[in-house]
Amino acid sequence: MMLKTALASATVLAACLFGSAHAADMTVGFSQIGSESGWRAAETTLTKQQAEKRGIDLKFADAQQKQENQIKAVRSFIAQGVDAILIAPVVATGWDEVLTEAKDAKIPVILLDRTVDAPKDLYMTAVTSDLVHEGNVAGKWLVDTVAGKPCNVVELQGTTGSSPAIDRKKGFEQALKGHDNLKIVRSQTGDFTRTKGKEVMESFLKAEGGGKNICALYAHNDDMAVGAIQAIKEAGLKPGKDILVVSIDAVPDIFQAMAAGEANATVELTPNMAGPAFDALAAYKKDGTMPPKWIQTESKLYTQKDDPKAVYEQKKGLGY
Amino acid sequence: MSGAKALGRRLLPQCVALAAILILIWFNFPGFFAIEMQNGRLYGSLIDVMNRGAPVALLAVGMTLVIATRGIDLSVGAVMAICGAVAAASSVRGDPLAVTLVMSLGIGLLCGLWNGVLVAILNIQPIVATLVLMVAGRGIAQLITEGAILTFNDPGLIFIGSGSLFGLPMPVVLWLVFGIAVALIIRRTALGLLIEATGVNRRAATLSGIQAPAFLIMAYVLSGLCAALAGLIVTADIRGADANNAGLWLELDAILAVVVGGNSLLGGRFSIIASLIGAMIIQAVNTGILLSGFPPEFNLIIKAAIIVLILLIQSPRLSHLAAFVRPAGPAAPAQGKSVAGGASAGDARDIKKLERTAS
Repeated sequence: MMLKTALASATVLAACLFGSAHAADMTVGFSQIGSESGWRAAETTLTKQQAEKRGIDLKFADAQQKQENQIKAVRSFIAQGVDAILIAPVVATGWDEVLTEAKDAKIPVILLDRTVDAPKDLYMTAVTSDLVHEGNVAGKWLVDTVAGKPCNVVELQGTTGSSPAIDRKKGFEQALKGHDNLKIVRSQTGDFTRTKGKEVMESFLKAEGGGKNICALYAHNDDMAVGAIQAIKEAGLKPGKDILVVSIDAVPDIFQAMAAGEANATVELTPNMAGPAFDALAAYKKDGTMPPKWIQTESKLYTQKDDPKAVYEQKKGLGY
Repeated sequence: MSGAKALGRRLLPQCVALAAILILIWFNFPGFFAIEMQNGRLYGSLIDVMNRGAPVALLAVGMTLVIATRGIDLSVGAVMAICGAVAAASSVRGDPLAVTLVMSLGIGLLCGLWNGVLVAILNIQPIVATLVLMVAGRGIAQLITEGAILTFNDPGLIFIGSGSLFGLPMPVVLWLVFGIAVALIIRRTALGLLIEATGVNRRAATLSGIQAPAFLIMAYVLSGLCAALAGLIVTADIRGADANNAGLWLELDAILAVVVGGNSLLGGRFSIIASLIGAMIIQAVNTGILLSGFPPEFNLIIKAAIIVLILLIQSPRLSHLAAFVRPAGPAAPAQGKSVAGGASAGDARDIKKLERTAS
């Protein structure tokens, strides 16, 4: 009881500090995986920003890539009596018990970025992006850009067997279906890293007549594209002009390349998963509307026309 | 003259394996040996093999000496990440190039010293001692880069990764010069023999008056320096320090290069040049797979199959068998001696000699 009062006064205090117009009656616990990548860091930053904007008191727990830490954090959120819990689950299995505990305590749980293998009634909704759709958007951009001209595409895949690699490949191939002018001539894994992206692109260039047979590069993430762009430059070609470059993720560095005219397009995997989650929560608290079981985030396409320099400045500070 | 002949005999299996792989790739991809000048530097698949193989080749130099002392250094991949991160952070801060390089190489030496002290003074088993830094190192690198890829624009630092000297890419120049220099220093002095003695039997070496701990520490410090150089190259190559991926699993490739080079993991006789050829064999396989156009699911299987084949060819047992099958001639026993089995017999003789002088 004491704890609850203390918490309530803390939230009121927070609301006064941030001067938000929103109702400041929510305390939300957020169990983050850890700092595995720049994208993850940006997600944490944006979640905190979104909470602050809405006057939500966010309790943040970093699990350091361990599920047992996440379970501990969720249990402590339940004990503190928070109004809702956000989880970015590190693995898909082993969540049934702790999610049941949250359900018994009548605390809604929202999954961010990844889903879990648990009965669907144990969580309120999952906010994730559609990986197949991302590949599809990238493919559509390429189809529209080459506009019927014959075009040989080389593909830099993500880590072999990982779900982003499988789905982003599938989506891209779906978009290319029926457009026989576009052909994927080479496809290799670049392990999602810059070094491997550069090395594999070097071999693509050698294997395809010094790059003269290649008209476009599709990379499953921006980092590989950044590496590949250097390889294209070192081969004496102009990335973005001689070879079109399209990739996925929208990390800040690709906007720098786009501003320099060396990359053409990127599809955003938004780190703002918490915004839609907080919106769903607010609607639920207001009149009990249940959100759909899956909230798909927008896969926005950025091209050189979207003022890449400004986007870079805006994304730079997010911790990517 | 006989020294050169012995070296040639020692390197024969590695050279044959490398040539066989290069020819195999050439069958698959006819343009493999084509080399042209582009923007004032040599350009071609063969140059790519030497360029991409630079980090493993450099690591293999240090790893050879560590393995010769009967140790192993698992931390080199993580040390690469640390040194790359230090260099990038220093460059971003705006330090002059010399400061950046000295700091990065200095940290590499320090990491090597840490490993060396654990192994030589505290007598911790090398695999455990270096495991500490292998696990912790990547965390340290992440702390330095704050989890992001730290990019920089210093042309001097970038030159190390993608510049060129005498038409050769800078990484190739670095590993060639560094590798040959270390090999010469070790072989033209007594250092090589003393390291071998320490590796074959540390107690016997100590009894014969060799300062074994000093040589052990020296080997790990050199390994740290090699890792720092390799870290600088991979960081400069992509113009950014990627703490999560820089040098990931490269310690295993470096150990493999040493083994493919015909050096025994039990310590003793070693050849740095053979390890360098081993590193090139591994990279040739990697590049060949990329050029072949196989689906990526096959990459690791093909690589493993080729490595097993090379190790089989080098196996002493197999060459003994071959000696039975082959008609008797002077060439057969000579080849058997050039591999690991023959090396350890030679080391035993060296040690006996040392023990005699001690008593």
